[in-house]
Amino acid sequence: MAIAEQPALGGIGESVLRKEDARFIRGHGNYVDDIVLPRMLHMAILRSPYAHARIRSIDTAAAEALPGVVAVVTGALLEQHKLAWMPTLSGDTQAVLATDKVRFQGQEVACVVAESKYVAEDAVGLIDVDYEPLQAVVTPQQALSPDAPIIRTDKDATDNHIYHWEAGDKAATEAAFARAARVVSLSTFYPRCHPAPLETCGCVADLDPITGQATIYMTSQAPHAHRTLFALVAGLPEEKIRVISPDIGGGFGNKVPIYPGYVVATAASLLLGRPVKWIEDRTENLISTGFARDYHMTGELALDADNRFIGLRVSLLSDNGAFFSDAQPSKFRAGLFHIVTGSYDIPAAHIVADGAYTNKAPGGVAYRCSFRVTEASYLIERLVDTAAHELGVDSAALRMRNFIQPEAFPYRSATGFEYDSGDYPRAMRVALEALGYDDLRREQAEKRARGELMGIGVASFTEVVGAGKGRDYDIVGLRMFDSAELRVHPTGKAILKLGVRSQGQGHETTFAQIVAEELGIPAADVEVKEGDTDNTPYGLGTYASRSTPVGGAATAVISRKLRDKAKQIAAHLFEADAADIEFERGRFWVKGSPDQVKTIQEIAFAAYSNIPEGMEAGLEGVHYYDPPNMTFPFGTYLVVVEVDRGTGVVKVRRMVAVDDCGVRINPMIVEGQIHGGLTEGFGIAFMELITFDPEGNCIGSTFMDYLLPTAWETPRFETLATVTPSPHHPLGAKGVGESATVGSPAAYVNAVIDALAPHGVRNIDMPVTSDKVWAALRGAGVTE
Amino acid sequence: MFPAAFDYSAPATLDEALRLLHERGEDAKVLAGGQSLIPLLKLRFATPALVVDIGRIEGLDGIGRDDGTLHIRARTRHADVEKATELRGSLDVLLDAAPQISDPLIRNQGTVGGSLCHADPAGDWGAVMLALGAELEARTATASRRVPVTGLFDGPFATTLRPEELVTDVIIPMPTGLAGGTYLKLERKVGDFATVGVAVHVELSGDGRIGRAGIGLCAVGPTSLKATDAEKALVGQEPSDGIIAEAARLAAAHCQPVADQRGSVEYKRDVVRVFVQRGLHTAIDRARGGAA
Amino acid sequence: MNVNVTVNGARRSAEAEPRTLLVDFIRTTLGLTGTHIGCDTSSCGACTVLLDGRPVKSCTLLAAQADGRNLSTVEGLADGATLHPVQEAFHTEHGLQCGFCTPGMMMVAAALLEENPNPSEEEVRWAISGNICRCTGYMNIVKAIRRAAELGVEVHSEPVSAPAAGVA
Repeated sequence: MAIAEQPALGGIGESVLRKEDARFIRGHGNYVDDIVLPRMLHMAILRSPYAHARIRSIDTAAAEALPGVVAVVTGALLEQHKLAWMPTLSGDTQAVLATDKVRFQGQEVACVVAESKYVAEDAVGLIDVDYEPLQAVVTPQQALSPDAPIIRTDKDATDNHIYHWEAGDKAATEAAFARAARVVSLSTFYPRCHPAPLETCGCVADLDPITGQATIYMTSQAPHAHRTLFALVAGLPEEKIRVISPDIGGGFGNKVPIYPGYVVATAASLLLGRPVKWIEDRTENLISTGFARDYHMTGELALDADNRFIGLRVSLLSDNGAFFSDAQPSKFRAGLFHIVTGSYDIPAAHIVADGAYTNKAPGGVAYRCSFRVTEASYLIERLVDTAAHELGVDSAALRMRNFIQPEAFPYRSATGFEYDSGDYPRAMRVALEALGYDDLRREQAEKRARGELMGIGVASFTEVVGAGKGRDYDIVGLRMFDSAELRVHPTGKAILKLGVRSQGQGHETTFAQIVAEELGIPAADVEVKEGDTDNTPYGLGTYASRSTPVGGAATAVISRKLRDKAKQIAAHLFEADAADIEFERGRFWVKGSPDQVKTIQEIAFAAYSNIPEGMEAGLEGVHYYDPPNMTFPFGTYLVVVEVDRGTGVVKVRRMVAVDDCGVRINPMIVEGQIHGGLTEGFGIAFMELITFDPEGNCIGSTFMDYLLPTAWETPRFETLATVTPSPHHPLGAKGVGESATVGSPAAYVNAVIDALAPHGVRNIDMPVTSDKVWAALRGAGVTE
Repeated sequence: MFPAAFDYSAPATLDEALRLLHERGEDAKVLAGGQSLIPLLKLRFATPALVVDIGRIEGLDGIGRDDGTLHIRARTRHADVEKATELRGSLDVLLDAAPQISDPLIRNQGTVGGSLCHADPAGDWGAVMLALGAELEARTATASRRVPVTGLFDGPFATTLRPEELVTDVIIPMPTGLAGGTYLKLERKVGDFATVGVAVHVELSGDGRIGRAGIGLCAVGPTSLKATDAEKALVGQEPSDGIIAEAARLAAAHCQPVADQRGSVEYKRDVVRVFVQRGLHTAIDRARGGAA
Repeated sequence: MNVNVTVNGARRSAEAEPRTLLVDFIRTTLGLTGTHIGCDTSSCGACTVLLDGRPVKSCTLLAAQADGRNLSTVEGLADGATLHPVQEAFHTEHGLQCGFCTPGMMMVAAALLEENPNPSEEEVRWAISGNICRCTGYMNIVKAIRRAAELGVEVHSEPVSAPAAGVA
């Protein structure tokens, strides 16, 4: 076989254009709502208008009588099939359809299945429910007060307390605070927000009554885990369940939980013998699916006389809504919040966390949070800036002084993490220079003298992603390994099947690039498959930035295994020793004879046609990767703002982001992820909010109230990178998808507080809206 | 998120439309651009038995001059007002307001008449037309009348129009001398309703004093409001920082904001003051700088 | 009622209820699923199509309002195998991630470039301010649209402004 001109490989580090674009730019994406099956029915859900109420009766007669309606499902019907309650990913139970009580506004009460979605909605309006409203519990403080109404009467609970969890060393921390020269404290609330991917959640459940085969197309970030849960929940045999997660229009953690709609649609399909489609509308998405944050935090930082951080004490109160339904590693009730010492060398820390039920939608861990790292990072970065202002020192300098130094890695934190690698001072220096920090501080001083409000915010985050080592990380007992199955075809092309599941992160391209790097098959020739449980290896899915650390590692390992086999085949073809075979970019040769080359394509063909005696045919394998550690991406973000004295409106003038996620597989895609995260951080910092009135009515259940930034408000981002490889990852890569959402809110808020600090303003909780800024200014006597 | 069922008619002529409204106006809704009505239909906040689509009627859109007045035909889209750049220098407030209404997609479809008749207290055109002293031409099958915008709004989402009436034109008096204006809108993001909207239109007399002053406010009352006290305090005066500041204070005192997610009563009131102040400065600068 | 629409240059005719939203008519009746639904309050722009060449939200229009008019959807951007410059630029500038907002963004871009062949960054951001994206942070979308401007916009072969005969 002649050696063709080596085509562009598309290996690691190249900004390969995305292979998946072809269908999306033509409008031929295959999202769940695009799926149409013969005889398909449509399901709509009736939801509770009350936050807390007893259900006296449900009258479905009028709904059932509407032409076009095929069935109306209530909790009573599900109860007969033991489906009225289901397990959650946090070991709790959640109502599928309410039976005796509703526990949050928007909770699922009944479902209509009809010939069209318009008729289904008409029928939902005809269901008559008699509610007896109960007092609603709207804050976790209220929930934990002694006379609070009990929410989880289904579990014979005696209070609304869910968990208590601690991390760190209480005694060492107390000692540190006892000898501190200064203690800085900050109480702050990270408000409830929502991942709000542009595509809402939904499914098409297709149960074939003859074969018993259940095919469930669903918006799922974790199809294998969902399939196992369906088997456990619905009692369907697991081998008969096929979950297909087709194209997903954004996930951000919103598509990790199992929602009642999926379960009822599946049950309805089973009962009716026809496919049932359920697509929620935006109001349903915002009012009932997995929200994020809603976290009350008090942090105290102990410093010595040299402004060194010597201790950190944190107490947390989490509002989890009516059911504890978070997807998070089972051993960590507060997720990975204990990363809260962040980028700083703090020798002692102690965290106390409690969770409470309230009459609000269930959730908490979502929206690119890396399992509560968003909350932790926000707290420490706001605390450090607060300390800088109180001490009268520069906030960048205070950070530099307290960074974990490059020589200290791997670094064992006071809460038990072993940080793999980092160079925080370098990221900071790059950021400061890119911004022109010193010049801007001079400009700020001049503007302050004129009464203008200009602020510079700094945040230097370290986050922890890549869950994770099976011994420590599992979700409902399923260990958080991940997998890659690779087969090279006789003609030298390959197919890679993964247990992770992209929702826009570009896996069809980036994972092909890993194979290209390790095996020398051009990325263009590597087909990447995800999302269909029938033909991908078992994995825990994509969220918490784990795909590259875990799935990417699995891909590298299996590629290298196949490369080793290829070397053996090459040795056979060359009649040489395998130990003498050299490899580079898809070419094999015997040491000392570099002009006599066999390509990977030739080796591939030989794997099926000319293999050595005793060797198995083929060139394929699967690897399940158990990561030895998490990875710790980091960065420094700098934000410059101007504040309008008259209206309180904040304008972001500049935003510099330096990110270090180790080796970057595709810099273009990494940069795109950062842009997206910085925008979500911007939205969270300035406008995104779900809140409730005292009766538990949800405010923020449409995009009229839950505000997402457009291209007009969103700042321009200046993104840079440093590269500090992970020593334990096969590619030296770390996760990155969530870094910007983790690190940026504090940068934005720090900038606003910095602008207002000369007037004695110490804190404004997010979202930092113009009216809050105005109130802070007027409270300090500043006006236009 | 889908409308309840309704009957639908798309009359080809104005007379046909007026006949339909005469017969069934009580349980009908007029569909112009639909950017206010259709969202209500989708949420089922409006469930009319009949929707009368006036989109097919010829001649119901366009901007024209007629002897000292500007006629904006009711079905003129917001985006088309944006493009009427010939109005710069005389009716600045129109040109400054148009691009700030909702978002570009809504502006391509929504209409000036439809928006005014929807009477959202946060509707931008309400404030603008109050500042300009505009009138509406309202027709029935048998008659026609002029409704000053000052007498149009009857409460949130309510007008004094009768069910059988259809607005065909918005009529704005053209300034005769030096004029300037602007529209200031505080919104949390593009597409949000105003937190505060302030429309300012000023005409100067030959001696440089303020001859006419129009200040319209939206989102700070049960309807759009005309800051008449502030206007009176300006007319006949030599424009100065002090006069402007006082007018701004009067306008702020006049408005009736309600506390909500967008801010407190005090906040909104103060933004009115700040915006009227800034708006008057801009309006007067423009009036002075423009050609006669 | 019968709705007659010219869609991407082809005449289509189908039954629809008066209350049928244009986006549902496009997706379900016409089977063109490239136009997406992202919200229920006319806030997100995922449903953007061109009606007589103007970008509008198809979720905030009745199918009936499109009767006799010209509709352009994302499926009509490419000319057979030849991509529209906007499509090509979205690909080369990494202007999409999950792809859900992309059809709407591209329709707005195509219309913008017809009217303003060389928009500034500010003009681009203003033009797409009715379209929400959750993935990209808009940076590369803006880059893509300005790149498409460089590539030059081809004149569409089908009429974009003249309504079909028989309509006022």
